[in-house]
Amino acid sequence: MKGLAARLRGRLELPLAVVLFLVVVGGWELLVRLFAVPKIVLPTPSSVAVAIWHGLGEGDMLKHFGVTFYETLVGFLLGSAFGLVLGALIGQFPLLERTLYPYVVAFQTLPKVAIAPIIVIWFGYGVSSKIVITATIAFFPLLANTIVGLRAVPTEQVELMVAFTASRWQIFWKARLPQALPYIFVGLDVAIVLSVIGAIVGEFVGAQAGLGYLILQRNFNMDMAGVFAILVILSAMGIGLHMLVNAIQRRVVFWMESASDRVIGA
Amino acid sequence: MLISVAGLGKTYRTRDGRDIEALTDAVFEIDEGELVTVVGPSGCGKSTLLKILAGILRRTTGEVRLRGRPVDGPSRDVGVVFQAPVLLPWRTVLQNVMLPVELQGRDRAHYETRARHYLRLVGLEGFESTYPNELSGGMQQRVGISRALVHDPALLLMDEPFGALDAMTREAMNVELLRIWAESGKTVLLVTHSIPEAVFLADRVIVMTPRPGRISEIIAVDLPRPRRLEIINSERFGRYVAAIRRHFQSLAALDA
Repeated sequence: MKGLAARLRGRLELPLAVVLFLVVVGGWELLVRLFAVPKIVLPTPSSVAVAIWHGLGEGDMLKHFGVTFYETLVGFLLGSAFGLVLGALIGQFPLLERTLYPYVVAFQTLPKVAIAPIIVIWFGYGVSSKIVITATIAFFPLLANTIVGLRAVPTEQVELMVAFTASRWQIFWKARLPQALPYIFVGLDVAIVLSVIGAIVGEFVGAQAGLGYLILQRNFNMDMAGVFAILVILSAMGIGLHMLVNAIQRRVVFWMESASDRVIGA
Repeated sequence: MLISVAGLGKTYRTRDGRDIEALTDAVFEIDEGELVTVVGPSGCGKSTLLKILAGILRRTTGEVRLRGRPVDGPSRDVGVVFQAPVLLPWRTVLQNVMLPVELQGRDRAHYETRARHYLRLVGLEGFESTYPNELSGGMQQRVGISRALVHDPALLLMDEPFGALDAMTREAMNVELLRIWAESGKTVLLVTHSIPEAVFLADRVIVMTPRPGRISEIIAVDLPRPRRLEIINSERFGRYVAAIRRHFQSLAALDA
């Protein structure tokens, strides 16, 4: 009986999701037309779809997408690599935790949006300032989760390694780091989604290209359908990157049934 | 003589600065090839004793000698098994067994033959490339025993190795351990809180009592080997169990 219920639920999932999508989008289209909402307030889904179609066809939007994607990815990689290494050092050396960690936390409490203008002045209007802003945002989830993950090793595991004459670094490489991987991947998942925000914020502050730059431009021209089209693209990008991280996680942390159960946000 | 322990003591300092004597003046010797069990209620210092012998815990007083040489810290000549199997879930059974070999930088090819030999001995042939998650608790503990033996240690230390298993698996593992012990010829020190288990396995039983943790008697178990489970029902076995239990009954009387 239970099997049947589960099968039914599995079969209903996809149709239900499609129906929900159609109801929301159809309802939106209908309401906008019915109440004659001006298109500079809220565009119809159909006009957004047309804007996406045009944007992809012209290649202009693709170019801006490429810039933002590049900033997001490079910033994410730099920031998370730095967070991972620093987290590992802080996790290994308690002295660093007491001396360095307070400063790191103080830095984290600064809203990155607030320091973005400074970074743009320091690194210019090109991609490098966006990469730096993205990296500062991607950094902390990795740092925090790496530290927590390295601590998650059971005491008995460490004692066993010690009894087998393991050195401190052997314990780190063979027990602590692998044990921390599920946590590190939670950090990567949080960081990759935040990275998209970082790139867009950077482009808002000052840029010559990128989807954030394009949003401002279209907003200025009251091209609401065009702005919504970019939002759709951005969210597709975020979902794609999130799925990529999850796919890598399933490969790397193959021994965990569902590591996403232990969510530690940042 | 393999191990000699003299005047061994351990004092912990609690957070509020009081000293707690976990182990006081332990004295005993273990011969090469002997199987000695340590039995006592929780807080009697039996795990503390084992951890000092394993080099995980620093002693406060006394001395431990392994083959005449003083022991200070972990030794390559010791293998340990804890109550939890603590296998690394990302490693296969064989890779888990090979862990001490890797950590100690020993010759892989040579010791892999040993690893396979011990996996066969504990009845896990064919499971070499299986991951620990796919094994039962008893099977995981057998992997742990193979891991403790792979680097050919002189002494095998076991801290309640079957404490987390159900009663039936536990009995089966006891019989199995005796077989492994007989075939490998290793010296074994096993800590347990089960009196029948302590008697069933041992050449000698070290009886420990708490507050402060100390050895109150060492009893030689003169039961024929090889032992089978039926021996538990014999009168002689019952006498040994009763003799050990008396130590703890007088203790309960003190508590009341």
